[in-house]
Amino acid sequence: MDPVIELDELELRFGRRTILNKLSASLTGRAIGLLGPNGAGKSTLLNTLLGFYAPSAGTARIFGFDIRSQARQVRDLIGYMPENDSFVAGMSGVKFVCMMAEISGLPPEQAMERAHEAFFHVGLGEVRYRPIGTYSLGMKQLTKLAQAIAHAPRLLLLDEPTNGLDPPARERMIQLIKDIRDQGELHLILSSHLLRDVEECCDQVLILKEGRIAAFCDLEKERRANRKFLELETRAGGEAFVTAVEKLGCQAAWSTNGRIKLVMPDGVEIRQLYALAAEQQVQIRRLNHKRDSLEDIFLKAMEGDRGRL
Amino acid sequence: MAVYKKTYRRYQGPLSPAWSQFLVLPRYALQEMRQSRFLSRFFLAGFLGPLICALFIYLHYNLGALKLLNISAAQLPGINARFFLGFLGFQSMLAFFLTAFVGPGLVSPDLANNALPLYLSRPFSRWEYVLGKMSVLLLLLSLLTWAPGLLLFALQGYLVGGGWAVENLGLASALFWGSWVWILLLSFLAPAISAWVKWKPAAGALFFGFFFVAAGFGAAINEVLRTHWGNLINVSHLIGSIWAWLFQQPLRRGSGAVFFRIGRGEQMPIWCCWAAVAGICLFCLYLLARKIRGAEVVR
Repeated sequence: MDPVIELDELELRFGRRTILNKLSASLTGRAIGLLGPNGAGKSTLLNTLLGFYAPSAGTARIFGFDIRSQARQVRDLIGYMPENDSFVAGMSGVKFVCMMAEISGLPPEQAMERAHEAFFHVGLGEVRYRPIGTYSLGMKQLTKLAQAIAHAPRLLLLDEPTNGLDPPARERMIQLIKDIRDQGELHLILSSHLLRDVEECCDQVLILKEGRIAAFCDLEKERRANRKFLELETRAGGEAFVTAVEKLGCQAAWSTNGRIKLVMPDGVEIRQLYALAAEQQVQIRRLNHKRDSLEDIFLKAMEGDRGRL
Repeated sequence: MAVYKKTYRRYQGPLSPAWSQFLVLPRYALQEMRQSRFLSRFFLAGFLGPLICALFIYLHYNLGALKLLNISAAQLPGINARFFLGFLGFQSMLAFFLTAFVGPGLVSPDLANNALPLYLSRPFSRWEYVLGKMSVLLLLLSLLTWAPGLLLFALQGYLVGGGWAVENLGLASALFWGSWVWILLLSFLAPAISAWVKWKPAAGALFFGFFFVAAGFGAAINEVLRTHWGNLINVSHLIGSIWAWLFQQPLRRGSGAVFFRIGRGEQMPIWCCWAAVAGICLFCLYLLARKIRGAEVVR
């Protein structure tokens, strides 16, 4: 798969401070999460990709376009939703989004049509003629999303899109992001410090810590791999049952209280375990897939010095 | 399909040429200006001066009208360099007030609400943004100054005939370039002040202050130090000197409207005036370069 973003020893320094430290990665997912604690460099990385900061060393490519030498082409492909409030107070919502679409190169009539569509798409159709200054925080967030998608970018950069939203508004925002992702028309990068947002929306995650890549994981692969790990709680499941399970091709470890951990090879189904248990008169009282959640991955990444890239 | 039934879809239609994208900003700014009754009326009132001047020129060459008014052409002031300089001075004063009303609202609302990252995350550079904002003033002030000035010049040339226009081409040139010096100065200054003072009324006050307080301060320097170099910070003095030089008019005869008039014996070397105006423009550009950024650099 062609990379969406390639980071090539990307480094950014402000004076003596190194903000991004030789980042290298190739991101190919449809929805890529940028995770990290506050000050890890997530927003700075997005700002660097947008050309707001010139890299001190190295470079990055977005869909093959170099951010240093082809900044205009890069920005042609991007829709950006910044973290903080960003709007022109006196303007109505639809006029503001229309202006932004025109600046992106759409002719005025098409820009106006798409501004209306974008407003309906994010669910603000009814208030689109009101000045943005009178919008609530949630409406302002949705307006930022509308202006980011109105010109039909290929890559959407979302910086903390659920910031300051109440739970229903957050749900709505996450659902919109998932809808956009599932339509398959564009790639998106979601920067957040909220693990849940990233876990719900993204299939790849880049975890940053102090300007370095602390971990990079493919959540899809991780989810698939997790399906092979099982934890069983049995009654009367002793050494004989474990030996029988191993004969199926599983790797297993058991403790004396009847708990068994096993790794299922390809081709072995869970119902075979139940059949084996019935044969040996062992009760399987609980069966769990091991769930190495994003939280575990994140905590591991925060503990270690370097990730598992 | 009704617009509310549409969902997100790709855009595959035509795009505007990249060079024309900066023109989006003046179009929206002018739409907004049109909504202000005061600004619209003020702008329209700016055409009264050229209209009166056109009538005056017409009167000069209409014997019937002169007879009706019982005056002779010799009693009327001549249509010469002084006339055009006076016209430029008056229109430039109106241009100054229009800039003071329009200018502060150009950049400050974008900075106050952090809208710059949205502009600059598109295929739209910082310089296109500045040019777009400046072009609002370039257009409005041109319509008030050199555009009607050249029309008056053409009217005079047409009515006099006999190669007057060709003989006095220097006047048209002085009118054109003199206007542009003033327009450029205002168009650099207003966005720069607007960018640094995010609150619109304060930006307006600072704009006035830059002209009047600096002029007062310059006069104080002149008095205390018994020199004329204080005029270097008096913008109207600098512009008045440049105009007098362009129109080849002696300074003591005044250089346009009161605002740009220069007292006797206060003139400075013309290259100093040019250098000071260029310096102010460059400083404004530097201020804009510092402020117009997608993201602040915190070192």
